[in-house]
Amino acid sequence: MLADKDRIFQNLYGVHDWGLKGAMQRGAWDGTKAIITKGRDWIINEMKASGLRGRGGAGFPTGLKWSFMPKESTDGRPSYLVVNADESEPGTCKDREIMRHDPHLLIEGCLIAGFAMNAHTGYIYVRGEYIHERERLEAAIEQAYEAGLLGKKNKCGWDFDLYVHHGAGAYICGEETALLESLEGKKGMPRLKPPFPANVGLYGCPTTVNNVESIAVAPDILRRGAAWFSSFGRPNNAGTKLFCVSGHVNQPCNVEEAMSIPFRELIDKHCGGIRGGWDNLLACIPGGSSVPIVPAAQIIDCPMDFDALKELRSGLGTAAVIVMDKSTDVVRAIARISYFYKHESCGQCTPCREGTGWMWRVLTRMAEGRAQKKEIDLLLDVAGQVEGHTICALGDAAAWPVQGLIRHFRHEIEKRIDDYAANPHSEPALVAAE
Amino acid sequence: MSVRRLAAEQPKSFSFTKKNEEWAKKQIAKYPEGRQASAVIPLLWQAQKQAGGWLPEAAIRHVSDLLGMAHIRVLEVATFYTMFNLEPVGEHFIQVCGTTPCALRGAEDLMKVCKKRIGEQRQVSKDGKFSWLEVECLGACVNAPMVQINDDYYEDLTPELLEKLMNDLKAGKKVKVGPQIDRQYSAPSGGLTTLTGDASSAAPKPPAGNGSGKGRR
Ligand SMILES: Cc1cc2nc3c(=O)[nH]c(=O)nc-3n(C[C@H](O)[C@H](O)[C@H](O)COP(=O)(O)O)c2cc1C
Ligand code: SF4
Ligand code: FES
Repeated sequence: MLADKDRIFQNLYGVHDWGLKGAMQRGAWDGTKAIITKGRDWIINEMKASGLRGRGGAGFPTGLKWSFMPKESTDGRPSYLVVNADESEPGTCKDREIMRHDPHLLIEGCLIAGFAMNAHTGYIYVRGEYIHERERLEAAIEQAYEAGLLGKKNKCGWDFDLYVHHGAGAYICGEETALLESLEGKKGMPRLKPPFPANVGLYGCPTTVNNVESIAVAPDILRRGAAWFSSFGRPNNAGTKLFCVSGHVNQPCNVEEAMSIPFRELIDKHCGGIRGGWDNLLACIPGGSSVPIVPAAQIIDCPMDFDALKELRSGLGTAAVIVMDKSTDVVRAIARISYFYKHESCGQCTPCREGTGWMWRVLTRMAEGRAQKKEIDLLLDVAGQVEGHTICALGDAAAWPVQGLIRHFRHEIEKRIDDYAANPHSEPALVAAE
Repeated sequence: MSVRRLAAEQPKSFSFTKKNEEWAKKQIAKYPEGRQASAVIPLLWQAQKQAGGWLPEAAIRHVSDLLGMAHIRVLEVATFYTMFNLEPVGEHFIQVCGTTPCALRGAEDLMKVCKKRIGEQRQVSKDGKFSWLEVECLGACVNAPMVQINDDYYEDLTPELLEKLMNDLKAGKKVKVGPQIDRQYSAPSGGLTTLTGDASSAAPKPPAGNGSGKGRR
């Protein structure tokens, strides 16, 4: 188990003071200027060496991402840092804790990241529902300005202005280009890539979008050294990570652990075990609602990291671990996820707009057994038509849970169809148009 | 996508109070010259607050004029983002998270309570006190099931706890926001398994929120 001294988020549970004084006692804003003095190349190399992979879901190496930004402006366009605090992937609730309990780690991270990518301005885009979290973050930024840590000619040696912006209830605004559209005052509809945000981002200027956790861990990595961070987890899966464990465990919680911690250890140590004991585990969605479900036998001893979960044809995603015991109606559980994607599709691409609703309606019928077995393959076919054929990855995110369900629980769907055929009830079938 | 339309009955006019107008200017100043459209969501949100929890068409027009945007652009924004209520809501607007992590821990039972006590979704109760809506993941899944009432989250609920909460809100009593069971935010309910040392000598903070259940309206 990770030792407390190696935990970055010392105030994860809000036991201590979130404010500047408390944060400084815990080590925030310590030697920020010295880090800046070491220069841009040193910071980017150290971030690369730490092995940090983006915590927003896709796992793209953070140092590498920062290195894509222009080193200086040749055409007069400014560069922007944008922090993704839209946190809406079902199961995920970690950035919330950073913003309300350890906001100064995020703010310090913004200044350092801004310096590393030659940005003097940063925006943090917080999901609209997180009203208190946003106010807390704004209060912390105010403190940092008052203490001369932000703004022009600050004590850290890099002019930097930081603003909090917010959304108003749209999962899709977590997708980085939709987020930029939204920040520009438009509907949150993803842009076609290329061009990538590092070339044409916010207001047509070079922009990097990073997740809250990715930015908030940066100051500690640079203070304690890349080697310290990369000493946790298996190669290529370095660091400590916030896990959000929800569902059928005895004590659901957020916890910072070493990457690659085995599933069983994570659940036993921090969550009081599976409800009803380990024999009662049915399956787990290990990385937020968009990654495919993994049945009990495969997940129990799996290291919780990017590569191990990918081998199980699932993913670490945001490390939002959704646990299901044997009382779960797994078809309905996935159907509800399909409803989520149908609800959140921005409607730009036909496969996504139509496909998400179609998959949800068919799954809802299947949950009751009101379907034909040949429709299972048809559903799989439709999911395949959506996956990879859309502007943004929401299409994939909608297809994967369905594919995972059929891969591992086809027998369950078939059983329901048989049961229903043996004893049909007479509720009206769902209408196709919604 | 969800289909969202403006309410049939609309107030004739809307304009920001002096205080909100000042506030709006500060918001606009966050963005570069000529990029004032960026402030559209914050301004609409403030307009919704001022109008009592929903966004009348007149408010949408007012915000467009203030930002120099075409009405249709702001109408698009107001209908795209689901936190803009296009029709009146109850004094306590209950948003029940119905997404899978909450569903696994009993969100449906919470919705039954709402249905029994208030009626169908989007209907305002006769006394004007309540209305409710099933919404998607609110980002508090390890404290499932949960609801948001106006600005505040209420977590780790059971049907009984929700009924009690509604009774207290109706009676105008002060209520506790956040976890409704004995629990430190999102830490394990049985007690801390990590961070048990003394990271700082600072005193614990009370839960976020003003505890009135009324938000900042
Ligand atoms: C539909 C969709 C929703 C997303 N939601 C979020 C989100 O809420 N928060 C987040 O940090 N990243 C989200 N992402 C990923 C972002 O597009 C982007 O990859 C991420 O913010 C990059 O940050 P990182 O490199 O630090 O991980 C989402 C992606 C998609 C396709
Ligand atoms: S895949 Fe879906 S959410 Fe993404 S751009 Fe297309 S329609 Fe919009
Ligand atoms: S699923 Fe309900 S808060 Fe996330």
